[in-house]
Amino acid sequence: MSTTFWVNGERQTVDVDPAKPLLWVLREQLALTGTKFGCGIAQCGACTVHIDGVAMRSCVTPVSDVDGRQVTTIEGLGSESGELHPLQQAWIDHQVPQCGYCQSGQLMSATALLADNPNPSDADIDAAMSGNICRCGMYGRIRQAIKATSVASASDEPLFYSVAGVDHV
Amino acid sequence: MNRYFTVLRGWIMSKLSRRAFIATGLVAGGGLVVGIAMRPGNQAKSLAAKLGPDGEDLVHTYIKIDSNNVVTAVIPHSEMGQGVHTALGQMLAEELDADWEQVQVEEAPAIGEYASYSAGRRYLFANVDFPNLVIPTVDGMMMNVADTLNLQITGGSMSVRTTGILAMRIAGAATREMLQQAAAESWGVPVEEVTTADSHVIHAASNRREPYAAFADTVAAMSPSQTPQFKNPADYKIVGKFVPRRDIPAKVDGSAKFALDVRVPDMAYASVVRSPVPGGSVVELDDGAARSMAGVIDVVVIPQSSVGGMLGETLSTEAVAVVADSYWTANEAVKTLQVTWSETGFESVDSDGIYAQFERDITGGTERQSDRVTGEVSAEFASAARVIDADYHVPFLAHTCMEPLNATADVKSGRAEIWVGCQNPLGFRRDVAAILNMDPEQVTLHNHMMGGGFGRKARPDYAMQVALLSRSVGRPVQLIWSREEDVRQDFYRPAVQSRFRAAFDSSDRLVAWENTYTNKNEPIEAPLIPYRVAAQDIGYVSSPVHIPFGAWRSVDHSQHGFFTESFIDEAAVAVGRDPYEFRAELLQDNPRHLAVLRRAAEEADWNRPLGAGRGRGISLQESFGSLVAQVVEVTVTDGQLSVDRVVAVIDPGLAVAPDGIAAQLESGIIYGLTAALHGEITVENGAVVQSNFHDYPSVRMREAPRIETHVINSGHDIGGAGEPGTPGIAPALANAVFDATGLRIRQLPLGNFDLNYQAEEEGVVG
Ligand code: FES
Ligand code: FES
Repeated sequence: MSTTFWVNGERQTVDVDPAKPLLWVLREQLALTGTKFGCGIAQCGACTVHIDGVAMRSCVTPVSDVDGRQVTTIEGLGSESGELHPLQQAWIDHQVPQCGYCQSGQLMSATALLADNPNPSDADIDAAMSGNICRCGMYGRIRQAIKATSVASASDEPLFYSVAGVDHV
Repeated sequence: MNRYFTVLRGWIMSKLSRRAFIATGLVAGGGLVVGIAMRPGNQAKSLAAKLGPDGEDLVHTYIKIDSNNVVTAVIPHSEMGQGVHTALGQMLAEELDADWEQVQVEEAPAIGEYASYSAGRRYLFANVDFPNLVIPTVDGMMMNVADTLNLQITGGSMSVRTTGILAMRIAGAATREMLQQAAAESWGVPVEEVTTADSHVIHAASNRREPYAAFADTVAAMSPSQTPQFKNPADYKIVGKFVPRRDIPAKVDGSAKFALDVRVPDMAYASVVRSPVPGGSVVELDDGAARSMAGVIDVVVIPQSSVGGMLGETLSTEAVAVVADSYWTANEAVKTLQVTWSETGFESVDSDGIYAQFERDITGGTERQSDRVTGEVSAEFASAARVIDADYHVPFLAHTCMEPLNATADVKSGRAEIWVGCQNPLGFRRDVAAILNMDPEQVTLHNHMMGGGFGRKARPDYAMQVALLSRSVGRPVQLIWSREEDVRQDFYRPAVQSRFRAAFDSSDRLVAWENTYTNKNEPIEAPLIPYRVAAQDIGYVSSPVHIPFGAWRSVDHSQHGFFTESFIDEAAVAVGRDPYEFRAELLQDNPRHLAVLRRAAEEADWNRPLGAGRGRGISLQESFGSLVAQVVEVTVTDGQLSVDRVVAVIDPGLAVAPDGIAAQLESGIIYGLTAALHGEITVENGAVVQSNFHDYPSVRMREAPRIETHVINSGHDIGGAGEPGTPGIAPALANAVFDATGLRIRQLPLGNFDLNYQAEEEGVVG
């Protein structure tokens, strides 16, 4: 049975078991490996994509559910001319990724949050981002990067770290 | 690990005649290679392709300068997010005086010539200082050792401390000196007048400035100094500065390639299941349902295999794999398998029984071994004015790397190709070769960025499985463990029990410290305390369990940091002292420790009163050559614990990559916080109970505290960064909970306790 949907603006038709989760269709049929597998049971957020603009866990979304719908993955987050989404740039500026494995999912959740709520409070960030586990524990940097990109940019946010004694070694 | 090297020591000494030295060579196509070479006669054929006809036989290449003046640093360590590629590149570029923008960083291929010999050297000779002249010879010996052991390990927070200091820096400085020399000769000026900056040699007086590449050919024919002069750290431009990590841009747009992202033509996918009770093999298998599923290619029983190695034996027990045209299909099919596993004899073991066994073995004290005995311990207890005691224990833990274990193999007659993310590429290559009855040269291993390692990816079982599986089905296979398999078939951070007694004299001074715990691993110093206590008896008993041991971020420090830094808090409280002041007083002999502790107290404003329901706790732990103090602030409202703030201070000697160190501290703290709040692998009927993030939870955004990190560059030897943040969070947190509630937490995870519990007498939980 075939399913037709749009991924990052391109029309795709796949002929697979309609129960097959979108995650594995993206990775296996469409060679879009930026979306990651972490748990398979909607617990970790590594597989997060946008479906019609809403952050969803693709590991538990049967591909038949996205028939006729718009899917955006990490590969499609930047502009068509190849510019990074402002949050992707903020991720670089704040040196957010460590191993990086969770970060596609983190960015998909964060971009959906800001699209919805350009000026999120800490509680809003907690609510939107707590479905995404980062085993490297980069939560502080993720929060900083989101705030730096929000409308009321928290540019006066104090540095989280200091280094002393570099000149005296 | 230490035992292994002791055995080898005699063998190494007999190899003293083989010498290594820094050497130069030409890259085919133009450009310079500088590395550590063996004397001619030791062929390193696989590097010949990189060298011109006149080149030395290089063993390590650390620097390549091509005709466009681009410097490439070749790094013999794996990247798992710790930023090691950038940090080691910085160390090389600094001494070379390279233009950082024109420096590339590459991971060395998994071939024998890249054995991390300097990591081995550090283990072997610990903290012995060698005169510079001896270093080339010592390094030459270690190269042989490392080659023999197939070391290319990334772990033990070792990379910067070993390869960085012993190799990258030396190669960089030697190259810079040769470039200065070559320029001076070519320009006819005194070498003292030639300076370097941004990958250029400069003669200011005659206004000359040429790129390094202009002298590559000349330098390639020169003999480098074996003992080059290092820069004065005050002149550092790259080391100790903020430089963006090189691996990050690919990690924000989905282009970073992890092992899971490998695609090989004609590749099938597989999922696997092993006996829930470690050690079981297949007695009966009904795979009818699986085989009838569309897309299933084969069902294979992967035989047991086993290899030795630095971490001890890695036993990969029998497994049943389903191979299919999709991972999802393979994994759905695995769920339908009806497998009867053999009895192992451990079917009646559970967590309570394991703790009861620990209790018995500690009380029995049979064959107790000592880590440290000083002073008159029995006499001090006999004459003590006051004695306190306590028992602590912590559970088994799984690693749960964000990227579940996976590997891809293509095994054909006479050769094998493996794609994997691992912490020990050469060791994995050797182990895969061994179980396939091949020579290591027949195995090509491609190491990928790891989605977390934490010690788990130093164990080769998953690569061994996929190699046997690919051979069996005769095509390339990508094996992905389900998260359930990842949690249930780990090599676990061991559960440990630890029993303490402390004695005070009539002036409330701590005079004796006695500690017995179960099952020692590494590092040997983990249970030792830095405090001045005249009489100490610290030791352990053996209490074997059937749950396989694994190195887990900071290894034994992860348990002992919690035990010792909680019990020292109990000691302070017992005599009515402030836990910070009490520690500080006992650190008068250790000014470096005291400075770190004091700085944490200051940054956290230790004496500022907190409101009702709030508490503050402190800890200090030295590990992997770095000192870390942490102050944690918590709020407990209606039994609900909130971790509000963590102030962490690290003295790593010198922070090569300060932002990287800060990130590693944040990471180590959250990793340890997950363990402290939630982490618990329990055993029932011999098997691990937990299976995925719903029952083995991880700290999430809403629980993550604000973490403030402060780095002290004390100028001592460079310490590690990847692990030292982890041990101190659990004790600082438990001490803060005590401060807030009066409940003393002696078992983890904290999430098991009802913080509403009203303590009647001494307020002890656990
Ligand atoms: S893989 Fe989908 S939520 Fe974890
Ligand atoms: S960066 Fe490694 S899991 Fe988030």
